[in-house]
Amino acid sequence: MNGCESQHINRRSFLKRGTLGATGLLIGFYLPELRQAHAADSVRSNSAASGGRVTLNAWIHVSADDTVTIFIDKSEMGQSVLTGLAMIAADELECDWQKVRTEFAPADKVYFNPQFGAQGTGASTATRTSWEPLRKAGAAARMMLLRAAAQKWGVEPSECRAEKGAILHAPTGRRTSYGSVSQAAGKIPVPQEIPLKDPRDFRIIGKPTRRLDTPDKVNGRAEFGIDVRRENMLYAVVARCPVFGGKVASFDASKAKAIPGVKHVAQISSGVAVVADNSWTAMEGRRALDVKWDEGPNAAATSETIRKLFAERASRPGHIARKDGDPEAQIEHAARKIEAVYEVPFLAHATMEPQNCTADVTAQRCDVWAPTQNQTNAQKTAADITGLDPSKVFVHTTFLGGGFGRRFESDYVADAVEVSKAAGKPVKVTWSREDDIQHDFYRTASYAKFTAGLDADGWPTVWMNRIACPSIMGRFGPLKDNFDARSVEICDAVPYAIPNILVDYQLAEAGIPVGFWRSVGASQNGFFLESFIDELAAEGNKDPYELRRHLLRNAPRHLRVLETAAEKAGWGTPPPAGRFRGLAVVSSYFGYVAHVIEISVDRSKRSLNVHRVVCALDSRSPSTAGACSRAIFMIIRCCASRTCPSWTCTSFPANWHQPGPANSRCRRSLRRCATRSSRRRADAFAACRSGQKTWPDLFSRLRQAMPLAPKTLRNGVR
Amino acid sequence: MPIEFTLNGKPQRVNVAPNMPLLWFLRDTLGMTGTKFGCGMALCGACTVHINGEAVRSCVTPVSSVAGKQVVTIEGLSEDRSHPVQRAWIELDVPQCGYCQSGQIMSAAALLAKNPHPSDAEIDDAMRGNICRCGTYHRIRLAIQRAARLKYPQAKSAKARAGGAELLPTAQFAAQGGGK
Ligand code: FES
Ligand code: FES
Repeated sequence: MNGCESQHINRRSFLKRGTLGATGLLIGFYLPELRQAHAADSVRSNSAASGGRVTLNAWIHVSADDTVTIFIDKSEMGQSVLTGLAMIAADELECDWQKVRTEFAPADKVYFNPQFGAQGTGASTATRTSWEPLRKAGAAARMMLLRAAAQKWGVEPSECRAEKGAILHAPTGRRTSYGSVSQAAGKIPVPQEIPLKDPRDFRIIGKPTRRLDTPDKVNGRAEFGIDVRRENMLYAVVARCPVFGGKVASFDASKAKAIPGVKHVAQISSGVAVVADNSWTAMEGRRALDVKWDEGPNAAATSETIRKLFAERASRPGHIARKDGDPEAQIEHAARKIEAVYEVPFLAHATMEPQNCTADVTAQRCDVWAPTQNQTNAQKTAADITGLDPSKVFVHTTFLGGGFGRRFESDYVADAVEVSKAAGKPVKVTWSREDDIQHDFYRTASYAKFTAGLDADGWPTVWMNRIACPSIMGRFGPLKDNFDARSVEICDAVPYAIPNILVDYQLAEAGIPVGFWRSVGASQNGFFLESFIDELAAEGNKDPYELRRHLLRNAPRHLRVLETAAEKAGWGTPPPAGRFRGLAVVSSYFGYVAHVIEISVDRSKRSLNVHRVVCALDSRSPSTAGACSRAIFMIIRCCASRTCPSWTCTSFPANWHQPGPANSRCRRSLRRCATRSSRRRADAFAACRSGQKTWPDLFSRLRQAMPLAPKTLRNGVR
Repeated sequence: MPIEFTLNGKPQRVNVAPNMPLLWFLRDTLGMTGTKFGCGMALCGACTVHINGEAVRSCVTPVSSVAGKQVVTIEGLSEDRSHPVQRAWIELDVPQCGYCQSGQIMSAAALLAKNPHPSDAEIDDAMRGNICRCGTYHRIRLAIQRAARLKYPQAKSAKARAGGAELLPTAQFAAQGGGK
């Protein structure tokens, strides 16, 4: 099957292929700022050592049999980045898409994500940061292949062109495949000037393309971290303290060790590991362990103590994130003063694949097989534990059964490396679902306090917003003035034209680990902001859409998505009997999105039914309408699939808002998108019925996303 | 005492603790990792296999209880991805991360074996125990309808019988590349 042969390579085999040996051509491209940092221990310098000036490496490999292997340096966790990145490189390479294979790249500086200064996937950066390097890598490879063919024929490169995996020389009608010139191309210097295609000429980017990983995901062949197997491997689970910040006081392993198949019991930094000849026996062994925990400083913490802490912090002024006008003085002159408090709980990521990692530690090297979003950190974690140089740590990235930011952490890597080191064998550590839910780096709980002033006509004149919550960034270094901008993101950028605005932040550490969770601060702050503006609409007797429109007069991109969603949803026309509509508009990660959602309320069950979702998205994705639309498709799928029978989406392609001739094409695609959307809505109506999916009881407590305060509900629907 | 059963059409002799769940026997002892671990408590459906044609959660099925029975896993559904459910899954690009999909496919295949033309409500009912964290439920429903048509091309689907669209345009749309 096309491209389904994703496999893992260790760096050694990668280097072998990189040495321009008999296997073919390895072409890559350096981000200029990485050139120096990379020189010391890179693929490239290793290649250089094998002779000559080698300016090739990292992303593209062309074999003699015309197979093109594209190294995917971002983690595939369901977002289709494997296919997307391959498309970017393949388009510039002008190769035959049917000949494309992919492999996950090893950990190496050349693959650093410039947004992180590390190799990692997250924060919606994968396509954005790969776009240019991959296009250049593909284009450079194509130029080298073309020059090699021209050399072979003794003709001018300018007379040749590349097409579908072959070089053609029109004047003589000659044709040669990429594979047959790949070795010669390896000797061509990497071009300094790499002109890129006009987006008009894209053959693959922006075209409907099947995912390369689907075939292996329908027969169980795709290898996730949890599926890794090594010779002589043992299986482990870890007993962890049920209280965050606690540690092992003492433990008695005699009963566990008495279970046939249990091989070792070892204390590691995260708790007590039970190692056995299969995962189930390890779990049985863990059940038989008798551990006394020192519960540490959080022994007495409860949801109530945390809530009190947040409320207490929110009663004091914090670090000012934004101040416009003179809110403190103006609030005294407001005709009406409105206050509200919103609270959201900690949320687990609950990736479908529980955390896991396999490690093989020897005196010379350490191999780590991990479903990781953060290869550099995985490598560093293993190097720190083993004392090996990072260059001796080989990270093999597998498919990820979901990521959502959870796999940016490396705690599960540390588990496996420590246990393998202790056991002297390859070990796979598997977390149970309970481990996974109980020992996460959660989306933070947060407490948002709002005070607003309205004038006599009901228009807002003052907006004051204080956030109290733990800090994610505080984990990585001391915070300046106890301020974490991520905690207030979205809130500090409140787009509404209100003359007096104050947004401040109070750090409130609760002793619960927090981390990056989809959209990070925006996950809760968008909810806060849009709920409160609804409250103001209700208090000021304004239509929530009209109020937003009025206040978004200086925010054209917000306004545009809002108006589009409202129009498509028929805002202003009465909803069907018993149904209510609510709307919200938020910008996050350079995207602008508005939703109109139609619900009904089942008062007896105290539950909501979602009947219809209309979404308008203006994405600043560099791709064309197709890719934007795919992105929305995924968003809606996430939101709507649980309960909603109908959804509509309209996408705004790249930079529609900027003037220029290129955009007339975008606008046309936009219209096409819109037409397709309505058709899709009809299909969705026909094909879907409400199918409520909920995590069963065990998880429901933690996965409750954003509880709607009754007041918000009342004001948010119409 | 070894336990004997049929696994993907071949005889299998088992010499492990009789209370070991079938899931871990498959994954760790045999190295058949297509069947996934999601919760170990029959709550998520990732570990679904067929036992005598029934969709069963292998994480709570002691290996001893399958003695003398026919067990089919995702690896044995077809040799070459040719089972109608797999074909429909490929056609509609159903999986995202893919982790839940072995279980989804096994549940869907068991449903269609019993009920060749399930309605949406019947699909929802049969698939209720299979969680997808990526939220592929829409495409799963469409793919099951599609698989029903692939399996019984002569017969009309439940939707068609009910007077609905015979060919799902959304299926075509997804087959052309998903969200484009
Ligand atoms: S692992 Fe068996 S149902 Fe979740
Ligand atoms: S495809 Fe990711 S959990 Fe279902």
